[in-house]
Amino acid sequence: MRPFVYERAEEARSAVAAVADRPDAMYLGGGTNLVDLMRLGVAEPARLVDVSRLPYDTVGVRPDGALRIGAAVRNSDLAAHPAVRRAHPLLAQALLAGASGQVRNMATVGGNLLQRTRCAYFQDITKPCNKRNPGSGCPAREGDHRNLAIIGHSEACVATHPSDMAVALAALDAVVHLEGRDGPRTLPLTELYRLPGDDPRRDTVLDPADLITEVTVPALSFGGRSHYRKVRDRASFAFAVVSVAAALDVAGGVVRDCRIAFGAIAPVPWRARRAEEALRGAPATEDAFAAAARAELGQARPLRDNAFKVPLARNLLVRTLTELVVA
Amino acid sequence: MTVTPTRAVGTDFDRVEAAEKVTGTARYAYEHAPDRDTVYAVPVQSVIARGEVVNVDTDGALTLPGVIAAVWHGNAPRLGPADDPELALFQSRRVAYRGQLVAGVIAETLETAREAARRLRVEYAQEPHDVVLRVDHPKMYKPSKVNPAYPTDTEYGDPDAALEKAAVTVDLTYSTPAEHNNPMEPHATVAVWENDGLVVYDSNQGSSAVRDTLAGLFGLPPDAVRVIAPHVGGGFGSKGTPRPGVVLAALAAKVTGRAVKVTMTRQQMFALVGYRTPIIQRVRLGADEDGTLRAIVHDAFEQTSTVQEFAEQTTTPTRIMYAAPNRRTTHRLAPLDVPTPSWMRAPGECPGMFALESAMDELAIACGVDPIELRIRNEPETDPESGLPFSSRNLVACLREGAARFGWADRDPAPGVRREGRRLVGTGVAAATYPAYRLPSRATARAEPDGGFTVRIAAADIGTGARTALTQIAADALRTAPERVRVEVGDSALPTASLAGGSSGTASWGTAVVRACEALLRELDRYGGRRPQEAAADTTAEVEAAERLSRHAFGAQFAEVGVDVDTGEVRVSRLLGVFGVGRVINPKTARSQFIGGMTMGLGMALMEEGVMDVEFGDYLNHDFAQYHIPACADVPDIEVHWVDEVDDRLNPMGSKGIGEIGIVGTAAAVANAVHHATGVRVRDLPIRLDRLVG
Repeated sequence: MRPFVYERAEEARSAVAAVADRPDAMYLGGGTNLVDLMRLGVAEPARLVDVSRLPYDTVGVRPDGALRIGAAVRNSDLAAHPAVRRAHPLLAQALLAGASGQVRNMATVGGNLLQRTRCAYFQDITKPCNKRNPGSGCPAREGDHRNLAIIGHSEACVATHPSDMAVALAALDAVVHLEGRDGPRTLPLTELYRLPGDDPRRDTVLDPADLITEVTVPALSFGGRSHYRKVRDRASFAFAVVSVAAALDVAGGVVRDCRIAFGAIAPVPWRARRAEEALRGAPATEDAFAAAARAELGQARPLRDNAFKVPLARNLLVRTLTELVVA
Repeated sequence: MTVTPTRAVGTDFDRVEAAEKVTGTARYAYEHAPDRDTVYAVPVQSVIARGEVVNVDTDGALTLPGVIAAVWHGNAPRLGPADDPELALFQSRRVAYRGQLVAGVIAETLETAREAARRLRVEYAQEPHDVVLRVDHPKMYKPSKVNPAYPTDTEYGDPDAALEKAAVTVDLTYSTPAEHNNPMEPHATVAVWENDGLVVYDSNQGSSAVRDTLAGLFGLPPDAVRVIAPHVGGGFGSKGTPRPGVVLAALAAKVTGRAVKVTMTRQQMFALVGYRTPIIQRVRLGADEDGTLRAIVHDAFEQTSTVQEFAEQTTTPTRIMYAAPNRRTTHRLAPLDVPTPSWMRAPGECPGMFALESAMDELAIACGVDPIELRIRNEPETDPESGLPFSSRNLVACLREGAARFGWADRDPAPGVRREGRRLVGTGVAAATYPAYRLPSRATARAEPDGGFTVRIAAADIGTGARTALTQIAADALRTAPERVRVEVGDSALPTASLAGGSSGTASWGTAVVRACEALLRELDRYGGRRPQEAAADTTAEVEAAERLSRHAFGAQFAEVGVDVDTGEVRVSRLLGVFGVGRVINPKTARSQFIGGMTMGLGMALMEEGVMDVEFGDYLNHDFAQYHIPACADVPDIEVHWVDEVDDRLNPMGSKGIGEIGIVGTAAAVANAVHHATGVRVRDLPIRLDRLVG
């Protein structure tokens, strides 16, 4: 590990100032991903600005169920929050599906959103990777990609985004609040992430000095009828093979409204707007759910060894929506 | 042979070092600090899979403050001959696999050593590599023997003609991937040279063997090397032979004149400590319509490295399992540019029985015979190949006992028909077996002035409870309470003992302990009980004179699985094992061994797979986030039982080894249950949802 300077930020402006003029400085949240990457030599910051103790460690709740979540709130605290469990069960379920109890106790909301892909090539500095070392190539395309992307990927990069929480937040139209070089601003969570195209280096549209301070989640009248389901290779402590976050509003056997996002199929938390579009006004039946899945997954371009993710994502969406109708 | 009367043996005696372990005072290898000036060595691994090291530029590393030295072929001391060429560290420029050690960096702190290791510039002459095992590999050859010393092939009768004529045949190919030993404690060594001798604190499965190896490499008499390993956090075979880390520590200590610590990172272990070879197995069974076997043919195709031959004895269990007049077993090896495979819990039996016991399930279906009944119908009276009598064999009793406890009687054999909500449910059975080995060892027993006893033997307690079992065995042999007996193990200065391997520890060491204790009692008798007295035993003659018999443990594994109809996720809801293993010395620690083995078998069935990165030639998924073993949530309910088995032709305890049989057959039971649940037969492990989602 390369030696680095550690400093703890006292407030957001000084944190931004500490990072703004130093290309080799990074923010540190819970450290559950960044510290691993530093040990592996993937991340080599010369300066860590610890933002985990900034005063963004509370969850505010409006009467209608809208949330204002501090970026330093720990994943386990957010998962256990009564308002989250009541009004947005899919968010609590997504959080609890991630990592282990120990990791969730450390991980922050802001850090969770900005964690890096777990693609094996990205994490091994002895091998090429366009995300880590632009222009070096993507061995995953011909190598091991069983659990990489089927949609939204590019010639340059087939990595997936690993977060569970971000999938639920993508479905919930969450908004990310930032403190940056030019002061505060906001960004819909679905616009935070960018597809790799021919420049996979950056996972997000953020400037390195942009600091996530809060995430707001608007009220969703049918948020209580929602679910996050994660398929994985073992019963716990594994990244998703495919996951889905869904909320459903059904009246008289017809879908009035819905929110759907997939995880582990794309370089970003994948908001399934085509599926949502197909479902609004459709009968709440398995056939209609399957048609919605097809509308979304028709864009999929699976790789040699991950074509199974297409029927898996379809089945998972149909199952999750069907159970929400019954629930 | 008379089996010793027991009082302590057979009881749930608590682990004698339990308090030390749970309070953190039990010291493991890396925690020893022989002096204040201990420094750290970090291995540097090859990033090519085949070729030569042209040069190592150490300048960038050595300028870092705190760096003491960098060693590689260009400057390393020459070592003596190594039985295992993997240990001839920095003696050649050749690179035989990706991840092989090409250099080591020594520094005042671990962090400095790691950073310096990254700054080392290694220049290679790379050659094309060949890392993919296939049955038709042009270099596939017949090894002269298989591990440890079994015939490579066996043949009886005319298996080809018998297959031709059989009423029912199955001809099936199974594959198991590379699987990696991952004991909780990584391999670690602290080495220091003292008075022209070498002392190492080392995590291993046998300090006598490590001593002898280091003595040979460094040109020392064996008594100038001392290997100390009081506590070891698991091994599974990966610590059965010394690994490059222990040599690096001793070499670095020699070069620097300091005490040196070395440990493997989890990632490094995937290349440097052995692993289970990937194996392709073809099983052909020919039977009468009622399932009576006429022919068994089992062929295994495996890989080894170009450094050293390791030939897994994959088809050896097939030589003793079932009666059939016509039979053949074979092993073929392809030397590839890969790390050297080695022992991993039940090498041979574990993968071999996955194939054989899956094939028996497929034959049962083909014949329309219940799979338990099929096995009972083919039970041999004597060892089917050697013709020797079994010292004891209770496979049928285990199957029947297991069937009763598991609730097998009402099982509908039809696959794919039982639904519980959105899950398909199925059950499966498989047999297990493991040889009952015993090896020569020495021990001493001493009657102390305070009325207690001290028993000394260079045995290894790798978390199995060996120290505790030997305490119970010694207490009974001395006709005293176990609290009066202190057993010292884990030090090469103690009487030489065999490895903790092949599930042979308790049988081998226990024999030596019993003989030493008996000799001590005779001494005490002769001198009217006057203390102190000491007696020694060496079991070489006794072990070599043992009657020729077929000695094996047997068992029956039952599994129940649920398979999600939408996602294909397989979760095991129940495992139940019944074993015939002679006398169980300590039911509490034995149960723990069986449960551990069965859990590891569950992981083999559903999760474990070293993914070969064909382009670069290493195992890609070399950490626990990517290489999955079961989490607690995957292991809901494991039941373990054993049948009463009295066998007085094994050893004075009447015991068979139990460390490995728990993993044998588990994967086949799970795969058979997956078939019963879904109708899908998965012959390639691990069974992941990819194959079951549709």
